[in-house]
Amino acid sequence: MSTQPKPTASEHRSERQRARSGASAEASNGRLQRRKDRLDRLAEAGGRASEGQSLLAEAFTRLRRNPVAVTGAGIIVVFLLVAVFAPLLAPHNAEDSFEALRASLRPDSIPGPMPGFPLGSDQNGRDELSRMILASQQTLLVGVLATLLGLAAGMAIGMLAGAFGGWVDTALMRLTDVLLSFPSLLLAISIAALAARASQTTVIIAVAIVSVPVFARLLRGAMLAQRSSDYVLAATALGIRRRNIVLRHMLPNAVGPVIVQSTLVLASSILDAAALSFLGLGDADPGRAEWGLMLANAQTYLDVRPELAFYPAVAIILVALGFTLLGEALREALDPKSRR
Amino acid sequence: MTEPGRRKPAELAGRVGTPGGRKLAGRMGTPLLEVRDLRVTFGGTGRRRRGDPPPTVAVDGVSFDVSPGQVVGLVGESGCGKSVTSLAIMGLLPHRGARVTGSAMFEGTDLLALSDAEMRDRRGRDLGMVFQDPLSALNPVVPIGVQVTEVLRRHRSMDARAARTEATELLRRVGIPDPGRRLTEYPHQLSGGMRQRALIAIALACRPRLLIADEPTTALDVTIQAQILALLAELVADTGTALIMITHDLGVVAGLCDEVNVLYGGRVVERARRHELFGTPRHPYTHGLLGSIPRLDAPSGERLAAIKGSVSDNLPWTSACAFAPRCPRELPDCRTVSPPAEEDLQRLLSCHNPVPVQVRS
Repeated sequence: MSTQPKPTASEHRSERQRARSGASAEASNGRLQRRKDRLDRLAEAGGRASEGQSLLAEAFTRLRRNPVAVTGAGIIVVFLLVAVFAPLLAPHNAEDSFEALRASLRPDSIPGPMPGFPLGSDQNGRDELSRMILASQQTLLVGVLATLLGLAAGMAIGMLAGAFGGWVDTALMRLTDVLLSFPSLLLAISIAALAARASQTTVIIAVAIVSVPVFARLLRGAMLAQRSSDYVLAATALGIRRRNIVLRHMLPNAVGPVIVQSTLVLASSILDAAALSFLGLGDADPGRAEWGLMLANAQTYLDVRPELAFYPAVAIILVALGFTLLGEALREALDPKSRR
Repeated sequence: MTEPGRRKPAELAGRVGTPGGRKLAGRMGTPLLEVRDLRVTFGGTGRRRRGDPPPTVAVDGVSFDVSPGQVVGLVGESGCGKSVTSLAIMGLLPHRGARVTGSAMFEGTDLLALSDAEMRDRRGRDLGMVFQDPLSALNPVVPIGVQVTEVLRRHRSMDARAARTEATELLRRVGIPDPGRRLTEYPHQLSGGMRQRALIAIALACRPRLLIADEPTTALDVTIQAQILALLAELVADTGTALIMITHDLGVVAGLCDEVNVLYGGRVVERARRHELFGTPRHPYTHGLLGSIPRLDAPSGERLAAIKGSVSDNLPWTSACAFAPRCPRELPDCRTVSPPAEEDLQRLLSCHNPVPVQVRS
């Protein structure tokens, strides 16, 4: 009898519980569903992330998120587009002298902007804007070719030295030491001056030689570090041929810093090339537009029309800055220590 | 059988083919690999200058046999020469700086006398090796697939397509799920256990007759360790590959090895079948190693037994027992006379004052 209320109470309680849980069942179902969805999304994202993404692809993803990289790349793209479409963009022929401009050309005054010639005239009555635009071709071409040439030679030397070590290493490194011991611009000037006739080719070669020891040293160091790595030992333990170990295992691991350096070297190559033509060691053709040469010519008229020096100087600085920014961002993106 | 008495290690080389030698080498007839009096010295090559450190003897007359399908353990603490022994057999020690003497007869050819090119052809094909740290032994910028197919194309002259099919099969065999996808992935996208499985797959790709595993489980956590050991045991049983297991972990030895070589100071101080070694350790060093394993059933508060001193206390084997300074059973002789290696049916032992058989801690 006395136990009678107890079961009812407990029944009641359980009833209440059931009712409550019934009421919240839908809510909890919804929660559960949402959680499932979220897990699915996470799993999907995880699956995407691990979908055979190489280190380079990862680096590229990081690069895209880096404002410094985007700025640098933006500058470079603008200059590249200008260079590629230069003949279309330029309002006039860069090598032609115009009567309209020559008419007001005096020893103590060079005509400024006028209708049809937004940047005015240069010292020979040619359209300054067209010359600026055309010059981007020269500058980028010389910079890129010189860097590629230096990269190829430097990597060959660095790879041989790093892969073989021993006396090969010693000989090649003493050679690069000799090149490194000269100040880079002085070396470029001496090499360019050695040529019988100054031309674009001599500028490219001179600037390329300057960058060779940089690439060679860098790759050699990275290759030497790879030599004592476990996976090279493991590859050796599998009987993999030495050539394949060097090319397939060591080189891809060592090449990262060299890629980064090449963008930085591109910037300094452009500066060096500009410096060479500024010093009169560049292309002998007076008609050809080149920023360094334009800068050199402008010095004479610095008090008459300083803008003539300003335009090419800013262009050189901007393009060098673009490559430097991209290079720095690239270095950061490829550096495993700064990862995420 | 073999005359109990003092024998120099050099004489040991002559015991191949004697019933005792064969018996100890394993159950299955002629050994696959016979290592005799292996000696590795670092430094001391080239011109000696005053003030140069004296050459270091890392391996000091190691001899052992491995038969097909047999698992032989090389056990010892850091610096006892176990890894150097394996590198010497594989021919992976640098030519400059390391001097290797003795012989390692592999099916009638002395591996130590082969030229670089000949050795390169054998490595990966006849001799496989599994390294300690799978993350650093796999190339981080090369997809797993390339690292597996590379060795197939090198030694089994497969074309790209056949190599890829075979690689998928290999990864499946070592228990990697979804092997087709894994082939395109990079080492950092795999878990630690997965990486070690991949490394084992690569080592076994050309079905080597001898596999050397240098601490294959040290970089893994315990559950994965057990899986990897089970995998190795299974593969050895399936393929008849002989396995040299290098480890400092007596648990690994207990689970896997048929025969155990205990190394100390670059020399085998005791060798026996697994059960005999664990049941009745005779060398004081082996005894100490087994005594220093923490036991769950030990009374609480009992201190863990340790072997006093460190490897740096070692004496040279030439005129003493290297272990003497750390040995609890040291006799006066131990510091003046090098203990001979005595061998009978069950055991090789190199000690002046071995632990009596009945004592077992």
